[in-house]
Amino acid sequence: MRRPEAIVIGCSKGGFNALKLLLGALDPQLPQTVLVCCHTASGAGVLAGLLAAHSALPVIEVGERQPASPGIVHVAPGGYHLLLEHDRHFALSVDEPVCFSRPSIDVLFGSAADTYHAALIGVVLTGANRDGADGLGQIRAHGGIAVVQAPVSAEAATMPQAALDIAGADYCLPLEQIAPLLNRLCLT
Amino acid sequence: MPAPQPDAELEQIELDLFVQALKRRHGHDFSQYAQASLIRRVRQLVHAHHCGSISALTTRLLHEPDFLTLVIQGLSVPVSEMFRDPPVFSALREHVLPILASYPQITIWQAGCAHGQEVYSLAILLEEAGLYERSHIFATDFNPDALQRAQEGIYPARDAQLWSRNYLLAGGRQSLASYYSARYDFIKLDQRLRRHITFADHNLVTDKVFCEAHLVLCRNVLIYFSNPLQNRTLALFRNSLVRGGHLCLGLRESLDFAPTAVDFTAVDANLRLYRRNSQPSSEEHDEAA
Repeated sequence: MRRPEAIVIGCSKGGFNALKLLLGALDPQLPQTVLVCCHTASGAGVLAGLLAAHSALPVIEVGERQPASPGIVHVAPGGYHLLLEHDRHFALSVDEPVCFSRPSIDVLFGSAADTYHAALIGVVLTGANRDGADGLGQIRAHGGIAVVQAPVSAEAATMPQAALDIAGADYCLPLEQIAPLLNRLCLT
Repeated sequence: MPAPQPDAELEQIELDLFVQALKRRHGHDFSQYAQASLIRRVRQLVHAHHCGSISALTTRLLHEPDFLTLVIQGLSVPVSEMFRDPPVFSALREHVLPILASYPQITIWQAGCAHGQEVYSLAILLEEAGLYERSHIFATDFNPDALQRAQEGIYPARDAQLWSRNYLLAGGRQSLASYYSARYDFIKLDQRLRRHITFADHNLVTDKVFCEAHLVLCRNVLIYFSNPLQNRTLALFRNSLVRGGHLCLGLRESLDFAPTAVDFTAVDANLRLYRRNSQPSSEEHDEAA
């Protein structure tokens, strides 16, 4: 199996606490590019700053035209969809919200799948709408790996449940087991 | 075993042919648009019109005269708000209007006006500063349908609440409701706001300088352009501005990496508000000349 080059994570309600735990338990040696889309009322700059205090890897808020860098967690800015160009630089858009959300997890997941193809892991965590399910389906269609937080363990079960129903998953695990899985998939 | 994968190479060929058809047959050049958003919109068109493939979309584009309008609508996706990013409008009010007030005639260009939300916001700003009578705003877009909608100034009533909040956050002096009338599910902006606005077809990819402006506003358009097209467009803005004129970009757009950055000084870098230098730089860049 091709070693993953990127991990893309989507979450909504309850996402900040879930991300704190997950990013804090990642191996600091991870060479993958990590992308995060979390629906939040506050700006991503705030979110990135808060997450940085808990994450094993450096966390930055994405700016337009920046490269997607290995070993760094990139957080989608508020109010814009985040996409990737083929040269692995970021692009932003103000196209209409998807599932009432901008940034939308579906948009980021779909674009990441176009860019990384099978060398991608998609992770859907807690959330109260169904954004991310279609995107996770696209990741699977490209041969990437789908990881979904077990809905019973999620603060809000709707999002992971929708992902399971629509896309299915290669792994469905309680939150605390997801980071160890990612470390194993990415480092071996 | 890897699952059967979407054929990315095939899709790229189809996209390239679609872009070429649009350019050669209809004169609309999307070849320098950033690809990630473009492919997403083209896929949406394929889906919306039940074409099955980009090639089928291209066939309709080439053979059905009326189909172009739908394609352009799908590719331009004009989404905006009145007084979007209120701090930007506060900054215009505080830092730019006092300078505009020193000119006997004020010319403003809003590039990529979409459905007009921002140009009417500007008109209100100027009206409240007592400057509107000597102002003229050119509001341009390459999408004729969007221009038509912009001229009508009719919007869904559900947007009014957010826009009113934006307006007040931007330092509005009254209530936004004093500028529109509400009927059923729609609001219609006071037609008097239109009196100093010229709506015109202008394509940033192919068209040139057409005015000497004191302020150019172009927000959330450059994010869709490739780097060379961004640079060209920014040089076009530079050439359209008087010395000391202001340029206002989207909050996630930047002048920093463009060659023409040397011709500008940031008024408020966070708000992407810049001012063209009064003195020419040692070499002015002339991609758009």
